[in-house]
Amino acid sequence: MADSTYPIPGPLETTPRRWSQAAVLEWLNSWVVTVDHKKLGILYMVYAIFFLLVGGAEAIAIRIQLIQPNMHFISPQVFNRLFTMHGTTMVFLVGMTYIFGFANYLIPLMIGARDMAFPRLNALSFWLTFFGGILLYYSFIGGGGLYGQGNAPDVTWWAYAPLTSRAFSPGHSTDYWALSLIVTGFGTIGAAVNVIATALCMRCKGMTLMRLPLLVWLNMVTAFLALLAITPLTAAQIMLLIDRYLGGHFFDTQAGGSAVIWAHFFWIFGHPEVYVLVLPAFAIANEVIPVFSRKAIFGYPAMVAASVGIAFVSLGVWAHHMFTIGMTSVGNAFFVLSTMLVGIPTGIKIFNWLATMWGGKIRFATPMLFCTAFVLQFLLAGLTGIMLAVAPWDWQLHNSYFVIAHFHYVLVGAIVFCIFAGIYYWYPKVTGRMLSEKLGKWHFWLFIIGFHVTFDVMHIPGLLGMPRSIYTYGADRGWGTLNMIVSIGGIIQAIAVLVFAWNLIWSYFKGKEAGNDPWDAWTLEWATPSPPPAYNFATDPVVTSRRPLWDLKHPDDPDWKYE
Amino acid sequence: MLTKCLRCVFLSAKSWLLLATVFIWQTAFAEGPSATPSIFAPASTPANSIYGLSLFVLSITGAIFVTVAGLLAFVIFRFRQHGQDDTSEPAQIYGSTQVELAWTVIPILIVVVLFLTTARMIFAIQDATKPKAALDVTAIGHQFWWEFNYPKLGIHAVNELHVPLSNPESPTPTYIKLLSADVIHSFWVPQLAGKTDMIPNNVNSTWIDPHHPGVYVGQCAQFCGVEHAKMLLRVYVDTPDQFAAWVKNQQQPAVNDASVAEGRHVFETQACMNCHTIAGTAATGRFGPDLTHLMSRDTLASGAMANTKENLREWIRNPDTFKEGSLMPAMQLNDQQLDQVTAYLETLK
Repeated sequence: MADSTYPIPGPLETTPRRWSQAAVLEWLNSWVVTVDHKKLGILYMVYAIFFLLVGGAEAIAIRIQLIQPNMHFISPQVFNRLFTMHGTTMVFLVGMTYIFGFANYLIPLMIGARDMAFPRLNALSFWLTFFGGILLYYSFIGGGGLYGQGNAPDVTWWAYAPLTSRAFSPGHSTDYWALSLIVTGFGTIGAAVNVIATALCMRCKGMTLMRLPLLVWLNMVTAFLALLAITPLTAAQIMLLIDRYLGGHFFDTQAGGSAVIWAHFFWIFGHPEVYVLVLPAFAIANEVIPVFSRKAIFGYPAMVAASVGIAFVSLGVWAHHMFTIGMTSVGNAFFVLSTMLVGIPTGIKIFNWLATMWGGKIRFATPMLFCTAFVLQFLLAGLTGIMLAVAPWDWQLHNSYFVIAHFHYVLVGAIVFCIFAGIYYWYPKVTGRMLSEKLGKWHFWLFIIGFHVTFDVMHIPGLLGMPRSIYTYGADRGWGTLNMIVSIGGIIQAIAVLVFAWNLIWSYFKGKEAGNDPWDAWTLEWATPSPPPAYNFATDPVVTSRRPLWDLKHPDDPDWKYE
Repeated sequence: MLTKCLRCVFLSAKSWLLLATVFIWQTAFAEGPSATPSIFAPASTPANSIYGLSLFVLSITGAIFVTVAGLLAFVIFRFRQHGQDDTSEPAQIYGSTQVELAWTVIPILIVVVLFLTTARMIFAIQDATKPKAALDVTAIGHQFWWEFNYPKLGIHAVNELHVPLSNPESPTPTYIKLLSADVIHSFWVPQLAGKTDMIPNNVNSTWIDPHHPGVYVGQCAQFCGVEHAKMLLRVYVDTPDQFAAWVKNQQQPAVNDASVAEGRHVFETQACMNCHTIAGTAATGRFGPDLTHLMSRDTLASGAMANTKENLREWIRNPDTFKEGSLMPAMQLNDQQLDQVTAYLETLK
């Protein structure tokens, strides 16, 4: 490691950095060959943000096409590719990578370790994920194969059989989709194994499981869930490829195969996946809300139990995506109950966050603004989730724009808001500079306004009978005005994200110096310099409570007395 | 900061108010068919039961929202930091068993109530006993159109489903068996019933008993390929007389008009007859819609456009004009052939 020689960064670097060709190559090389958890964490985050912009651009194209009835902005074929790629990108290339960005960077720092348990596996996992994403996007160039034109996947991100069979999806676009998800899936499995091993085996002295920061706990639960969820998806993708190329009949309905089996395989991945994505977002809120409320998290054991409970129950709810597929009434009733049960641990979390804020002295810096909005939006997302769990109502709402609005409330209103909160919160640690508060406020207010204009309104066309995945609609349906409002909100969100991207770049060069602990926080990562040296801690830390830095700052009133 | 927080809460409240207004507005017009197929304007028992259930669930979730969002708003205003200089830390509270128990038990009770109500409705709709007077229809989804067979009546209809009005005193519901010829589709007419998927190699069913005559619109609700968006669906709820007249007409073989013999010749000598059936002629293809009574339909290409002479001619000339990616090929007919075949099809009442 080129950067492992100096114990303290900054002042001791005596040779001024010169941007010769050799220096640039060496710098690039250091990112490619790195096994340092912090560098890999940054790579994951850069990757996630890059694809967030790509997926966002696809969303904007979709929204322009739908801005009024019978638009001809893009062709039906292109529209179908774009919404397939938007979904696949956002779930697999943004959602699955931001998790490991935060987990990689923060877990070793928070548990007082010098790196992840398996640094080389860590690098392998990232690069598998990286090339999986490249493979998916290469389909725009290579997917046409002999058909002679660019051809990205166009079978939706849930890719129901038998639309994916060679009879209905000729060419190679579906192969790119399946193969790239297998490759990124292996990356996810490697990273998940690493997170579990690190959280269980690399904790510093005194860091018992009940003193583990909640971020680490939730990421560990997520990793277990990812292991269980990604495996059936990978199996199903391999079965699909066997069907397509080796004459298998798993999903080939013409030869007695079952289209319903694919749906089961996909959703037994697909529903735990939602919690794989959302638990790390909760993890961020669990760190940010206490620090900015100036209070310890309320009900730590309940928060841990609720997370494990959510993960456990989430493995038994998948068929609520399939209420319309023709299950028996008893089957439907079972999945109604299991789905509603998720609401209980989730409710506990929301109440605990409120109780954490209750009686505090809340500082509304940008990270806390995002987290507060997250609590409100997640509440609404949960309540529309309850509506969708009511199977008879779901027979109406399923595959309508109401569902789109609901899950964007989860994925954007909860997860993306928490990602932004996390980035504003830890950017100073990663770069040594604060993100601009002024630009941050612009980002927050534009984004929340755009978000509500888009996704609040988006529920309504669903209630008025507008199905998802349609590239256009007739003027007589009366959905035009609502769609125009939705599209305008989308553009406001896009502007907000551009402000954010500019903030990331501007603050890297011009931002205020952060110091070690700009937020007056309590977990171990804030005890290291910003940015932390390659080895993280010069001496192994010893902790005696959940908030080691609180104990240091308040020796008269330490946490360990009360835990 | 206070005003900004207020604005945030106000904004979301406003959107929900808008939503509520739409509910009320829709409810006010809950009678009969509408061009906007709102789930809050039901006209058949399944849709109506779901509507009632949805109002119940909305009121419970609404109450939860008001309570929790109210608490959040209170916390935001009450517990803000006052002034930058106040650096003292607030009292640290780590948890409270009683309070945590309360907000675990109350949600459990709510879940029990919601589950029982929902389960009751699932059984009531899904396991409803079929009355003797029920009409049987087999609906088959195709890329990108609908086939409706009436096995007891010997009718093969397309894209526009005709069903009798059901009188609550002596109900004549329609029971629809749902199949697919290729990929998964989903049968959805929001004002009449929730959607049910049409899955190849798998049999599903649904039922409707419309209370108001008229045309109800819906469309395919599961992505099924390029033209999923234009796989539109129309359900005609006919009064008993209208329905009897429709059935009688559909049961006739195709009109044979000697004045359009050239058009018929074009139809039977080009590839048209490979995919389309016209009962009583040599055309017996099954891949495309049955054209025996083409002129009895108001729309063409599964609702993509109105059934007019100009549209029909253009559709035959180049289907991509209306429905890019439809499986019907452009037959490269010359202008004379187009005129002839259009004239022939125009006679198929």
